[in-house]
Amino acid sequence: MLAIARQRMLGQSFKKILPAVSVLRSYSSAAKQITVREALNSALDEEMSADPKVFLMGEEVGEYQGAYKITKGLLEKYGPERVLDTPITEAGFTGIGVGAAYYGLKPVVEFMTFNFSMQAIDHIINSAAKSNYMSAGQISVPIVFRGPNGAAAGVGAQHSQCYAAWYASCPGLKVLSPYNSEDARGLLKAAIRDPDPVVFLENELLYGESFPVSDEVLDSSFCLPIGKAKIEREGKDVTITAFSKMVGYALKVSEMLERDGIYAEVINLRSIRPLDRSTINTSVRKTNRLITVEEGFPQHGVGAEICASVVEESFSYLDAPVERIAGADVPMPYAANLERMAVPQVEDIVRAAKRACYRSVPLAATA
Amino acid sequence: MSLSHHHLNTNILPTLSATIPTPFPLVFSAPIVSFLSFISYSPLSLPSSPPIFSPFPSSLPTRKKMATAFSPSKFAAQPFPLNTTSQNNPLTIPTTASPFLGSTRKLIRLSSSSNLNIRRRSGTVVAVSDVVKENKSKSTLNLLITKEEGLELYEDMVLGRAFEDMCAQMYYRGKMFGFVHLYNGQEAISTGFIKLLKQQDSVVSTYRDHVHALSKGVSARAVMSELFGKTTGCCRGQGGSMHMFSREHNVLGGFAFIGEGIPVATGAAFTSKYKREVLKEADCDHVTLAFFGDGTCNNGQFFECLNMAALWKLPIVFVVENNLWAIGMSHLRATSDPQIYKKGPAFGMPGVHVDGMDVLKVREVAKEAIGRARRGEGPTLVECETYRFRGHSLADPDELRDPAEKAHYAARDPITALKKYLIENSLASEADLKAIDKKIDEVVEEAVEFADESPVPPRSQLLENVFADPKGFGIGPDGQYRCEDPKFTEGTAQV
Repeated sequence: MLAIARQRMLGQSFKKILPAVSVLRSYSSAAKQITVREALNSALDEEMSADPKVFLMGEEVGEYQGAYKITKGLLEKYGPERVLDTPITEAGFTGIGVGAAYYGLKPVVEFMTFNFSMQAIDHIINSAAKSNYMSAGQISVPIVFRGPNGAAAGVGAQHSQCYAAWYASCPGLKVLSPYNSEDARGLLKAAIRDPDPVVFLENELLYGESFPVSDEVLDSSFCLPIGKAKIEREGKDVTITAFSKMVGYALKVSEMLERDGIYAEVINLRSIRPLDRSTINTSVRKTNRLITVEEGFPQHGVGAEICASVVEESFSYLDAPVERIAGADVPMPYAANLERMAVPQVEDIVRAAKRACYRSVPLAATA
Repeated sequence: MSLSHHHLNTNILPTLSATIPTPFPLVFSAPIVSFLSFISYSPLSLPSSPPIFSPFPSSLPTRKKMATAFSPSKFAAQPFPLNTTSQNNPLTIPTTASPFLGSTRKLIRLSSSSNLNIRRRSGTVVAVSDVVKENKSKSTLNLLITKEEGLELYEDMVLGRAFEDMCAQMYYRGKMFGFVHLYNGQEAISTGFIKLLKQQDSVVSTYRDHVHALSKGVSARAVMSELFGKTTGCCRGQGGSMHMFSREHNVLGGFAFIGEGIPVATGAAFTSKYKREVLKEADCDHVTLAFFGDGTCNNGQFFECLNMAALWKLPIVFVVENNLWAIGMSHLRATSDPQIYKKGPAFGMPGVHVDGMDVLKVREVAKEAIGRARRGEGPTLVECETYRFRGHSLADPDELRDPAEKAHYAARDPITALKKYLIENSLASEADLKAIDKKIDEVVEEAVEFADESPVPPRSQLLENVFADPKGFGIGPDGQYRCEDPKFTEGTAQV
């Protein structure tokens, strides 16, 4: 009884902050299906037409229509002055984007994958993230760095790293990671309108997947708040947090667990920095068990931060140790079977959930 | 072409000669000539006129004497060829070592190819000929600056010098801390370039940025407070010595990593072009200056930006403050081809070399380069030969530099040189200049007092300014955005 009352109260407080949450939850009755690629393309298109200061910059964003076709058609529509094909000089063009942002232009810098952002990370962190602080608010940097992050299929070690944890540890940055089309549209629009540097981590394998969207999502003023996680599916037995592709896995897992009578609550983080600790902790206090799922390396990862946050704030509510599911602690191998082993699979998450709920299966040794 | 240029130069530019004539006038003095960068470096392409770069034709013999004044042990001890007769013969070579730009072997080697380069590259120097013709008509005036300009330049350089000296004092008294990099000796570059800018033009610098900020207009009080870490500093004490930012004066930092400021400067120039072409602010002709050192010229970002600036014809001037040393690494030990200005034409922009200890020469080059940028003709690379009188930072024991080299450049102090020029040309009297000295001393003292009396930042300032949109701190345990909690900025709320 108390639990139900608590749930209703929490529902009310969520409504205060995100009044549209009930609309968004009812996606099953929506009319249209769009792919994540279309969602991103339309978001860029709308933001560029609304504000002439927004411009795109990156390798192959123009004539090639985007390395992953995200920026398709934008060169024809806005011209080469606003959709810039850059030479292969990440450090250089990222710095140029930051310099332009110092003056109030709103660049959207695309990295072909976030692995290449390592060549430009000096500018992302030192010139962009820290500038507002170093200049005491005089110079803000309204820039968006976007691109695919994390593992794709068979691309090897240097193209498969997940950078969520690295960027999320740096103050001054906002780090977002969408899952479905609605997330992609809403978060990208919010990122472009935001006056601070935003790292927007997409996922290559999700680009082609289509998701149903409501009319509200398709409206050109649609925007999601930065810093709020979404509860994709409500449950009462175990909380599963995930972001990007792993949300899809977590939802599949929750369906499988339902057959065994375990009702999992799936949280789509959406915003890695700032992390919505409030939603996570509230959920844990309800379910008393937590599993964090991510694709990146385990040490110092997103799951580690969530675990620490929960232990600090909701320790007495935990009925089982927090389970962290992460990628294997190895550079991504190339062979298909090894790659499958190096990334969390649905079965791993199911096993972890059962361990958290029953503690009947002993912890398997992790790589 | 080279002959005519040299002829012109005899009339136009009485140089500021310090008591000892510049060692290699062939290379540095005339900014106009130095636009033809490859020519100016090749002694063999000089005509047989008297040495044009020093006002005293008789200085040729003194030049030789000069050359022996010091012999840096670290440089390639190659004789430097002097051209006194016809154009193409290698001539009597003094058996003295070159004080600068070692690897004179390369200079000799280059000379033969330079003539080819001239013809091939004539496109990049066409713009100069107009300026040259203009200057020729002005040559009757024989002076580069008016009295007001002269005093303004003098005051700015003295401010830079006095300020930096005061910084050193304050550092050793413990009022300043961390990394402090002083600009003594390089004032001519900052003054020469920045005093030609408007307020909306921007300057991007490195960690050696105090004087750039001062020249651009940031008050001495604000800079001094920032160095003391007080809340009245230009960045409220949050930036420090290496991170001077000013929105009002368009000083975009202050970057600790070398090479980091160059792409940012290129971006600011890009904004200027974008505003003009896309946002249709038709009269936007803001120029950006990027200042950096010789060590930076080996960094990838430098080349990346030379490429993109030339490719997109951005209104930027890349100013290399070549003081020959990157902490303890000599430029010659670190660079395969030490002539940095040559890297400009490789990317399709003019590369110019100028004597950075001579503020009037720097100013002439700067006028042309900034003018080019404003007219939309694209970027320029300007290499200024200069020297820092102190170590790399106040923590640098400065043991590796030859004292003879230091003495040589100390004798070419830009402030002394300008003073001499002003007095000799009756633009100002000793009394005027002394009055300026005194005024600057007072300004600097007052800045120190102001900084001393200013408060340190309060505790609540720690979390401020991380984001422009403070919702970036996320949601607190009560489900509200943290920034809406009134205790947040007091530092008592949990972050």
